[in-house]
Amino acid sequence: MKTLRQIACGEEVTVKKITGEGPVKRRIMDMGITKGVNIFVRKVAPLGDPVEITVRGYELSIRKADAEMIEVE
Amino acid sequence: MKGARAMSIKIALAGNPNCGKTTLFNALTGSNQFVGNWPGVTVEKKEGKLKGHKDVTIVDLPGIYSLSPYTLEEVVARNYLLEEKPDAILNIVDGTNIERNLYLSTQLMELGIPVIMAVNMLDVLEKTGDELHIKQLSQKLGCEVIGISALKGLGIKEVAEKAVGLAKSKKIGSFKHEFDLRVENVLKAIEKKIEGEIPLKERRFFAIKLLERDEKIAAQMKKVPDLSEEIKKLEEDMEDDTESIITNERYSYISSIIGSCYKKKGQGKLTVSDKLDKVLTNRYLALPIFALIMFLVYYVSVTTVGTWATDWANEGVFGEGWSLFGLTVPGIPVLVEAGLSAIGCAAWLQGLILDGIVGGVGAVLGFVPQMLILFLFLAFLEACGYMARVAFIMDRLFRKFGLSGKSFIPMLIGSGCGVPGIMASRTIESDRDRKMTIMTTTFVPCGAKLPIIALIAGALFDGAWWVAPSAYFVGIMAIICSGIILKKTQMFAGDPAPFVMELPSYHMPTVENLLRSMWERGWSFIKKAGTIILVSSIVIWFMSYFGFVDGQFRMLEDMELGNSVLALLGSSISWLFIPLGWGDWQSAVAAITGLVAKENVVGTFGILYGFAEVAEDGSEIWGTLASSMSGLAGYSFLVFNLLCAPCFAAIGAIKREMNNTKWFWFAIGYQTVFAYLVSLCVYQWGMLLTQGTFTIGTLAALLITFLFIYLLVKPYKEGSYLERKKTMELK
Repeated sequence: MKTLRQIACGEEVTVKKITGEGPVKRRIMDMGITKGVNIFVRKVAPLGDPVEITVRGYELSIRKADAEMIEVE
Repeated sequence: MKGARAMSIKIALAGNPNCGKTTLFNALTGSNQFVGNWPGVTVEKKEGKLKGHKDVTIVDLPGIYSLSPYTLEEVVARNYLLEEKPDAILNIVDGTNIERNLYLSTQLMELGIPVIMAVNMLDVLEKTGDELHIKQLSQKLGCEVIGISALKGLGIKEVAEKAVGLAKSKKIGSFKHEFDLRVENVLKAIEKKIEGEIPLKERRFFAIKLLERDEKIAAQMKKVPDLSEEIKKLEEDMEDDTESIITNERYSYISSIIGSCYKKKGQGKLTVSDKLDKVLTNRYLALPIFALIMFLVYYVSVTTVGTWATDWANEGVFGEGWSLFGLTVPGIPVLVEAGLSAIGCAAWLQGLILDGIVGGVGAVLGFVPQMLILFLFLAFLEACGYMARVAFIMDRLFRKFGLSGKSFIPMLIGSGCGVPGIMASRTIESDRDRKMTIMTTTFVPCGAKLPIIALIAGALFDGAWWVAPSAYFVGIMAIICSGIILKKTQMFAGDPAPFVMELPSYHMPTVENLLRSMWERGWSFIKKAGTIILVSSIVIWFMSYFGFVDGQFRMLEDMELGNSVLALLGSSISWLFIPLGWGDWQSAVAAITGLVAKENVVGTFGILYGFAEVAEDGSEIWGTLASSMSGLAGYSFLVFNLLCAPCFAAIGAIKREMNNTKWFWFAIGYQTVFAYLVSLCVYQWGMLLTQGTFTIGTLAALLITFLFIYLLVKPYKEGSYLERKKTMELK
């Protein structure tokens, strides 16, 4: 299973599952990253982390460590 | 009066961050606003009377994405809605980002409070050609929806009238949102169990929260039913934890309704904001552009206009006087002095009024012009959307030290003056990052510390080139080390700051909003920081101008500082600094007067060594200082004064921003103890390496160094959630 961390810029993926628990998971889901949603990976920050993604029509930045919790396809 | 109060109506304004909530609030209330803090926390609270309705109060809730129990803002908003029970909620929704914005709405509608929705940014929607069918949306949601443009002032009157009408009628809509049947069945069962305690209106909200295992809600209830069985069964059934099930359900519900109400036209086309972002956060251009913008902010608000403003305020208005189109306007002290002399005021009273009170007020107000300039910049950077990008660009560098990418700005500004630097921390959302930034910003040598550096470098190191850069190095290392050590402590541990941050579209802020934000922050500094600065200035003034001469307590002349209460205090605590290498009372007194303003350290030495006035770098006393202090002791003195509690103005700013007595004293105490220990290590290690002396102090320095290294390398796990809850409770 791939995680969002491994996705290159310019690719679009579908969320399969969010692993982990607690506040970070809730926050990720609150922001609209839920099962079945499409994510477009827009760009990586100049220092290599975090990444910028488009989800549900808006821009979101997420750290690579947290992106690992998102399994995609 | 009683009847009038019963009639008064409270409407809560709720919505996501960046949805135009502030603009709407300003449009609804005009200049009739009160800005404060939610009790005990750093979150800002705004209230205002609705224009044309004296009896209607609008409460601006913090911008939130959800009613989860995890962030401070969410908890504050939630508690307000549950405990204060406003008569209606005005839910503002960003029409260009409707999907995520409705997520909060689905939660607000469960609270048992009448909700009316204002869909904002109709003007932007029109431009992009996206279609939003408001009527349909209203039907599907089962709540009144009105399209507005807060920026253009469209629909605001209508939404305000309807909200007031709704609040008066107390009619709770028939919200049509339902979860999956399996979830609904469990919810019904839970609702039944809490029937006795929770009124019907709020039952659904409580049931959902209990299902989500929300401990904060459970803690508010007298009797919490045991739901482990139901939760376990549902989680097995739907193969997820209940919190995620509910979140998923909400979003699928939203997707199902907006399909028919919302049509995006410009799909795939780049908007202006997208194009701008392509450049501003470009892999190669982002950092140079960031550096350029920061340079501009610093150059204008600190180096040029800011300094003129501060000098004008400090040396002109609160000094000798200033010139207005060639006309010389005398400074306030000059005027007051003339006035006091004219009425034949007693010398001591004149001293108190001039040096104590006017000087103290000057110390508060002198910073304000510069601060306003900086706040204007910050307001612009925040409102246009660039501030979020600053966090995006700098996050990687700063998060290692427990700071936010946005901490860069307070620290940069802090190198000019710590007071606006501390106030700039307001832009950081995460409570933990903000507190950490407030505590460490003043480690950066500010402009007022430069004379101390010049004094030590000139008197003891022959003006060596490396002294000044090393001072900055010490400051930056102090920030980094403090960040690493503090983030592992109980007070900061765990409280996780998930960096899942929206990058809002760029847009041009209105001049009114910018000016308002600038003024609000400036005023809150004057009000909240002012008292502490004024009182401490008066106390220090009293201690420096009164003392015992030949066994008689009396007021002192300018050159008699050596006999003052302050000198007495200095000599009584000077032994504390023997391990640091500067145990003479003069140095202790200089360090205390440094609390009024850091540049006073030089002047105090001057007076104590018999010079009425010295140059900024104190060149007159270099010889005397060199004969009373070794180079090593001097450097230790410098380090202590760089790192210890800042001047009263900055202390006042810290108090204002922490908004919590415990945290305030923790910050001041931490800075001073940290400064003491570092100076001790500098002196003792230096003595060991240069002279080979080994005393009990050396042993202490060794121990401190080892402890320090241990704390630095101690393993650290981000976000241990059990601990987090404890610290949240503590706050």
